[in-house]
Amino acid sequence: MAVMTRVVELRAMQYRRTFRASLISSFLNPVLFLLAMGVGLGTYVDRSGAATQALGGLTYLQFLAPGLLAATAMQAAAFESTFPIMAGLTWQRVFHAMYATPISPRDIVMGNLVWIVIRLTMIAAIFTGVMVLFGAAASPLIVLGIPAAVLTGMAFATPIAAFSATQRTPEKFNAVFRFGITPLFLFSGTFFPISNLPATIQPIAWLSPLWHGVELSRALALGTISQAPLLALAHVAVLAAIVVAGTWWAFRTVEARLVRG
Amino acid sequence: MPDLPVSADTALIRARGLTKRFGEFTAVDAIDFDVARGESFGFLGPNGAGKTSTMRMIGCVSPITEGELEVLGQDPRADGPRIRSRIGVVPQQDTLDTELTVRENLVIYGRYFGMSRAECGRRADELLEFTQLTERANDPVEPLSGGMKRRLTIARALINEPDLLLLDEPTTGLDPQARHLLWDRLYRLKQRGVTLVLTTHYMDEAEQLCDRLVVMDKARIVAEGSPRELIERYSTREVTELRFAVGVQDSLDGQLDGLAERVELLPDRVLLYADDGEAAVAAAHQRGLRPETVLVRRSSLEDVFLRLTGRSLIE
Repeated sequence: MAVMTRVVELRAMQYRRTFRASLISSFLNPVLFLLAMGVGLGTYVDRSGAATQALGGLTYLQFLAPGLLAATAMQAAAFESTFPIMAGLTWQRVFHAMYATPISPRDIVMGNLVWIVIRLTMIAAIFTGVMVLFGAAASPLIVLGIPAAVLTGMAFATPIAAFSATQRTPEKFNAVFRFGITPLFLFSGTFFPISNLPATIQPIAWLSPLWHGVELSRALALGTISQAPLLALAHVAVLAAIVVAGTWWAFRTVEARLVRG
Repeated sequence: MPDLPVSADTALIRARGLTKRFGEFTAVDAIDFDVARGESFGFLGPNGAGKTSTMRMIGCVSPITEGELEVLGQDPRADGPRIRSRIGVVPQQDTLDTELTVRENLVIYGRYFGMSRAECGRRADELLEFTQLTERANDPVEPLSGGMKRRLTIARALINEPDLLLLDEPTTGLDPQARHLLWDRLYRLKQRGVTLVLTTHYMDEAEQLCDRLVVMDKARIVAEGSPRELIERYSTREVTELRFAVGVQDSLDGQLDGLAERVELLPDRVLLYADDGEAAVAAAHQRGLRPETVLVRRSSLEDVFLRLTGRSLIE
């Protein structure tokens, strides 16, 4: 445990170089999205009675914002678990340098995952602050949207980090984003309820970890979680199970890679 | 961290039947060796001989397949992190963090060993001085020359004041001046009693730095001794190199027989192994041989390697 924090320290030291730009973009991203989609597009959506009915009486901004919070965590997690892992194992090989010290492969995995948790917490907290500024949060429970978003992000970060450790070039990362992250971003109930999808496709959305994250986040932001606490618990259980499995997989792939040299 | 149970008279490294296999491929084939405290020990051999695999097993980052290995009196299988806390590693490939400055690279590395920030800073400054990098302390790593990066990697490996320093081809790819500066620093470490274990495919490097070395070829140890002993055992005092005009060498046939203790035909020259090189030259002239150039030199580890394996070290 104590050893793993040294890995976190390295990541923080590296982050110091770029933290200003990083924090600014963490703020601008939700501002721009909520303005364009939530307010701009939302004005049209809210004029349609049918749409308001489909959204359960919510404004489009209220519907969109918590979904976007979870989706943003997913995107940030995917980025943090691809290129930095490849840098450590292949480009600059600093993880190999660490492994020559008392630090073990598991410490390296855990340290990096903890660092991703810290980054996602920062991003989700800023996003939630922006939501409150836009009046997009109906319930004080939105505070719990931050850990929910982090959990959602980690359900992506852990298996993607494990996959990244098996790669020697970043070519397949494009496929991860193009065929994984982008479709999930669009079709996991972030921008419209999945009930709007054809009935045959709907069950596929249930397989999306992001859908569980979006549902959880929305239930917290709107305060509707008390109506279906068991369902929320099920979402948490699904995401947590992926995190556990992804972490175990990352232990294996990172260790295999470090031992091979 | 408590000291490891190593007494002055026991070997820092002890290997018996040490073997490393990757699937069907045997990288290290049942080798035996000991390294004593304060000794400077080398693995000499061509690329692919198994040197790096051996170093990685000693460094406790690659599990042994078979045999026995003891490092600092401990078993790498059970005590990897504890052993690694007492050794310093200079890998073949630079693994410096280009997102950090020169000094930060040292400080964070000290942190990996659990040293306090103050201690890391103090050691970092000392080591920058020792490796002549003080002026570059706050510069980024990327624009440094190859020699400077190597020196920084050596400084980094010394941050924890290791009992044992492992260097995998420390000067490969460096220009002669950078190599000599590096050798000088390593020599100073040796003088201070740091145990050095290095791999190299440079004969001059092995002769400069190693008290004792093993010659590796095709995953096995083919000879062991001090550079001087190896030369005495496997070569003659002097070597005469004859170069002939293009095409002439192939038509010499038996004309070289008996000119020296041993005659070696290389693609571009002929080597005559004899204790008296000038006498060998005279004998060749008497036979009417007219080489274009003649060089009489002292025997080197290159000659030892050629004798042992029939091949040049660097092809």
